[in-house]
Amino acid sequence: MLISSLQFDTSFFWHELLRPSSGFLGGLWRTVYISVIAQVIAIVIGLVVALARRSTLRILRGVAGLYVWVLRGTPLLVQLVIVYDGLAATDIYRFRDMNLLGVSILASVQAAIVTLALNESAYMSEIIRAGLAAVDVGQNEAALSIGMTPAQSMRHVVVPQAMRFVIPPLGNDFNAMMKSTSVLSVIGVPEMFLITQEISSSTFHTFEIFLDAALYYLALTTIWTFIQAWLEVKIDRSWGIVRTQRSMWASVRERFKDPRTLGLGRRAL
Amino acid sequence: MTSSIPQGSGSIGGGAALIVQATEIRKSFGSQEVLKSVSLDVTRGEVVVLIGPSGSGKTTFLRCINHFEKPNSGVVQVNGHLIGSKLDRNGQRVDASAREVARQRAEIGFVFQHFNLFPNRTALENVMLGPIKVQKMSKDKARTLAIDQLTKVGLSNKIDTYPAQLSGGQKQRVAIARSLAMSPALMLFDEPTSALDPEVIGEVLTVIRDLANDGMTMIVVSHEIGFAREVADRVAMFDDGQIVEIGIPQQVFDNPTQARTKAFLSKVL
Repeated sequence: MLISSLQFDTSFFWHELLRPSSGFLGGLWRTVYISVIAQVIAIVIGLVVALARRSTLRILRGVAGLYVWVLRGTPLLVQLVIVYDGLAATDIYRFRDMNLLGVSILASVQAAIVTLALNESAYMSEIIRAGLAAVDVGQNEAALSIGMTPAQSMRHVVVPQAMRFVIPPLGNDFNAMMKSTSVLSVIGVPEMFLITQEISSSTFHTFEIFLDAALYYLALTTIWTFIQAWLEVKIDRSWGIVRTQRSMWASVRERFKDPRTLGLGRRAL
Repeated sequence: MTSSIPQGSGSIGGGAALIVQATEIRKSFGSQEVLKSVSLDVTRGEVVVLIGPSGSGKTTFLRCINHFEKPNSGVVQVNGHLIGSKLDRNGQRVDASAREVARQRAEIGFVFQHFNLFPNRTALENVMLGPIKVQKMSKDKARTLAIDQLTKVGLSNKIDTYPAQLSGGQKQRVAIARSLAMSPALMLFDEPTSALDPEVIGEVLTVIRDLANDGMTMIVVSHEIGFAREVADRVAMFDDGQIVEIGIPQQVFDNPTQARTKAFLSKVL
């Protein structure tokens, strides 16, 4: 009653929610793949930067520290405009639409992925650095004691164990990053937010369409929450910490009922 | 410095069955001098037990032998190799590379007080890792070797178990098997039973005793006086960064000549 008096177009709301236009779905899809690709690149760069920050070489530590300082210390929005518009305006680099293995990628999407990946890599490096520090020093010594070089120890012993500590904060960051893709609209990336804005201005159903968008963002982050829980359980199973006789799904459900498993395992080691 | 290196060339000549030759080892942490010129020779097949109050330098000395700690001065040779250093063309002692140190450590087993098993690997995988990654052994051969070693320490029924599901005594036996899989010329034990419940200490000491009977050369830091009396060929009493008394167990335990040894024994016996 109240809602109809506010002229909330219920049928429009439901229609766009349940049968979204292909334009909206395209925006949704871009939001997803830009986030995922940027995150994967960010993990790789973040690992390199985290290792550089632990290097015995002072220059490497310095460069890595500077990288994190700058990228984490400036707004994503500003970075986006600098990378996409700034570089082009000064003729340093101009992103152009391109065709990669039969898939055309918009110039703005390329700039978005690059900038998001760089920005996120600074946060990732800190998360990975914390994860590496959380691995007991005895693990490295045990690896060295059986004749591994420091590099082998890092690769075969320390990094795999750090993953367990890295997943929860990484999940947190990825959740935030998926939502911050909405700022990509300023450089014209046709992701979910920009498409929603366009629908809003052409239909004047601002409330309805943005509520739909909110629900879709919520759906994305919810799916990610489950994927993250699944990853955590998978790692705990590979450490023999949660019971493996139980089905994966049952273990994931258990994780939501009692998220303390992450802490419980450490004592048992 | 070069003139102080025994045998100069970096190898122990003359057919002497010396496995360890530690000469005038000094080590300080900051302003605290932890080792004040400690020398110890260990012949092939000999078992030397290091005793003494905590903070007396036993563990630091042990860690100098496989270069977990770099001595401020002094020379360590194991099985004919200078540890942590090498001689350059001019006969000057220079630091060995990380790779060279790793190769030297591969023939020195080290067993930790807190086991330091790799928690994300089964007992079998813990034992296989060194042979596969360091000795480049095939997986099949490494598996056979690892099963042999685990059987030797009485854990053939636990090969697929993760550390989280093993008792302390079982963990320590896996750790010993992990070291033995590298066919070391020397085994170092750093208080191998100090973190164990009383009822499982015996099973670990039995494994070490069997090793001694098989002729393994060992240096053991231990507070188990009964064990030392039975298994040790020599006992070295550490106090205040020095070996204050060394000799066969009967002599050190029953007729100590030093007041500090008497004082220490009166507390632990």
